[in-house]
Amino acid sequence: MARILETRRLTPVTKYFRLDAPLIAASAKPGQFVMLRVREGGERIPITIADYDRAAGTLTIVVQEVGATTQRVCALEAGDEILDVVGPLGSPIEIPPGGHVCGVGGGFGSAALLCLMHQFTERGDRTTAILGARSKDLLILVDELRPHCNNVEVCTDDGSAGFKGFVTQRLAQLVAGEGPGRPDHVVAIGPMAMMRAVAETTREAKVKTLVSMDPLMVDGTGMCGGCRVTVGGKAQFACVDGPCFDAHQVDFDVAMRRNKQYVKEEKQALERLACRAAREAH
Amino acid sequence: MPLKRAEKTPMPVRDPRERALDFGEVNRGYSAAHAVFEAERCLRCQEPICVDGCPVQIPIPDFIHAVATGDLPAAAKILRSANPLPAICGRVCPQESQCEAECSMTQHFDPVGIGHLERYVADWERTQPPALQSTPSRKEKIAVIGAGPSGLVCAGELARLGYPVTIYEALHAPGGVLRYGIPEFRLPKTVLNWEIGVLKAMGVTVVCNVVIGKTLTLDALFEKHGYSAVFIGTGAGLPQFLGIPGESLNGVMSANEFLTRINLMRGYEFPEADTPVRVGKRVAVIGAGNTAMDAVRTSLRMGAEEALVVYRRSEKEMSARVEEYHHALEEGVKFHWLTNPLEILGNAEGWATSLKCQQMKLGPKDASGRARPIPIEGSEFEIAVDNVVLAIGTTPNPLLTRTTSGLLTNPKGCLVADEHTGLTSKSLVFAGGDAVTGAATVILAAGAGKRAARAMHEALAARVH
Repeated sequence: MARILETRRLTPVTKYFRLDAPLIAASAKPGQFVMLRVREGGERIPITIADYDRAAGTLTIVVQEVGATTQRVCALEAGDEILDVVGPLGSPIEIPPGGHVCGVGGGFGSAALLCLMHQFTERGDRTTAILGARSKDLLILVDELRPHCNNVEVCTDDGSAGFKGFVTQRLAQLVAGEGPGRPDHVVAIGPMAMMRAVAETTREAKVKTLVSMDPLMVDGTGMCGGCRVTVGGKAQFACVDGPCFDAHQVDFDVAMRRNKQYVKEEKQALERLACRAAREAH
Repeated sequence: MPLKRAEKTPMPVRDPRERALDFGEVNRGYSAAHAVFEAERCLRCQEPICVDGCPVQIPIPDFIHAVATGDLPAAAKILRSANPLPAICGRVCPQESQCEAECSMTQHFDPVGIGHLERYVADWERTQPPALQSTPSRKEKIAVIGAGPSGLVCAGELARLGYPVTIYEALHAPGGVLRYGIPEFRLPKTVLNWEIGVLKAMGVTVVCNVVIGKTLTLDALFEKHGYSAVFIGTGAGLPQFLGIPGESLNGVMSANEFLTRINLMRGYEFPEADTPVRVGKRVAVIGAGNTAMDAVRTSLRMGAEEALVVYRRSEKEMSARVEEYHHALEEGVKFHWLTNPLEILGNAEGWATSLKCQQMKLGPKDASGRARPIPIEGSEFEIAVDNVVLAIGTTPNPLLTRTTSGLLTNPKGCLVADEHTGLTSKSLVFAGGDAVTGAATVILAAGAGKRAARAMHEALAARVH
């Protein structure tokens, strides 16, 4: 059980939560995730750790409403409790120090850059965050990230803020030496299609790139193998071997196909939740 | 049907056609008349060798005698003094290869139905008012990692010895494989919950959602949380895959995933419960152990029209309990013996459609003492499938060992622990169950948990004086 201390709507479909979770906050590291469950009979879902405060014993997560469970999470407010929160799970991101680290955040993925960029900046790396969204209103946590990065680059598809175009287009410019310059390491967190595009952007230039995979998971502790990702031709468990993997080794075709296994059931659950909400409104 | 002294009183079961459609328990349990009749078959041997066949050394003739004389409170007390999980072991132990294999009756007749009687007594106990609460009398706190069979038994034994015990469980509910692995139709969750309730009444604290090795380190349990000793019962939860082409196709999963979605997450109640599990018309389960039987029988209950077991050895080498195998046959499961899967083939959308196999024949014995299967050249064939479920074994989860220094493991990833005491390479850290042996049985894990509890008690007593 974890009490929610603070919530904030970031966009119509994303919400920020600060939780009272002292044990998890004490051991969390960038790149790790937690599993949540919000009700009896509820499913377990993985959520990337956005930030943590060891002294205060708090954990920050950002949840995007994509299915019935994330909708239920986003209906919670400060003072409510989340039934089950377990973590930190997965392996932390490890990057050798001293280089130029570029974090690429797409949509809600920007949230996970908070603790990540903070760690690299604090130890003396040069850091750039590239944040992207369709338009200005959908960008999240830009101001929160600024104190933790040397450079923050904003991209919008419609040009309503910052660079007009995709994060990958701006990243390609950096790789070519423009702006803050060629990164030594890229970490991409966001939708699968974006992470795949990032992998393609850095592949030829041989910029070391990590992606934070977000496969279907049941337990999150290595027990089911449902989260297996094909990396370099081999099956790896995202929950223990990952969730971050070498982007140039990940088979995104397999990963994207596997993530669609339960699309029909996910839609059914969403419709059911909407029906229930409609009934209760009457 | 008249009962015969020469034969074990059969366990009443539900009709296979009816039971294969739901998750209700298959075995109905003995009636009082059955139980007394069966208990009277016991010869009360002077040297009861059946006890040697029991990993937790239940005084078998004593509890059976109590049943025969109608003294169920005494029978329950005797059982519980040796085994903190009798209602569970009475249901899932492979008695035919343990206590009942040693029974003197087997020289001429069927053995006494020891397992069925254990279940009978434990189920009677569940109808009685709950035991009185007890509080720990000792001051040394003990942590148990993992609320599976070995951890629960170890905690129960330590609580009986007066220690304050806390069990840390990674999942949101305790039970380990008893909750995520063994299906409702074989071990109802009400039985598991009741047994855990007894432990809590004895003063055991269960803390869920804490992964030792991630949320807290093992060393922190000693240094920051004041525990005097730790028992590791983290099981063997990491599923193995075959490494054949097509394993990443949609519809292919480990038995752990399949069973966890259904048992722990209540996938059979979807959409009332949130976790779905997609089961097609034809399900092939690879492997022939108890997990394979659980998976294949579960697939029938989830609506599969055809449920197959594919095994590269023959019926004789299969490791499943006899009862599970018979129940599977009764329910219409088909068995493909001497059949080795080579590849899983899929359609354009990436869903599994068939399993390419090869016929095998038996050769000389291999390292496991079983006949080695040898491929027959040119015997490849395909089986049409919608799901492939891999039940080919599990290995210990590396979460804890990866993050703990000084904890030795063998090349298979199993913890190195003393056979008699469970002591690991770290001082005052003990281990038992599948984390030490690799995947084995509930009762072996229970036995190891019990021995470790006694050894922990001795180690702590020696330290104080």
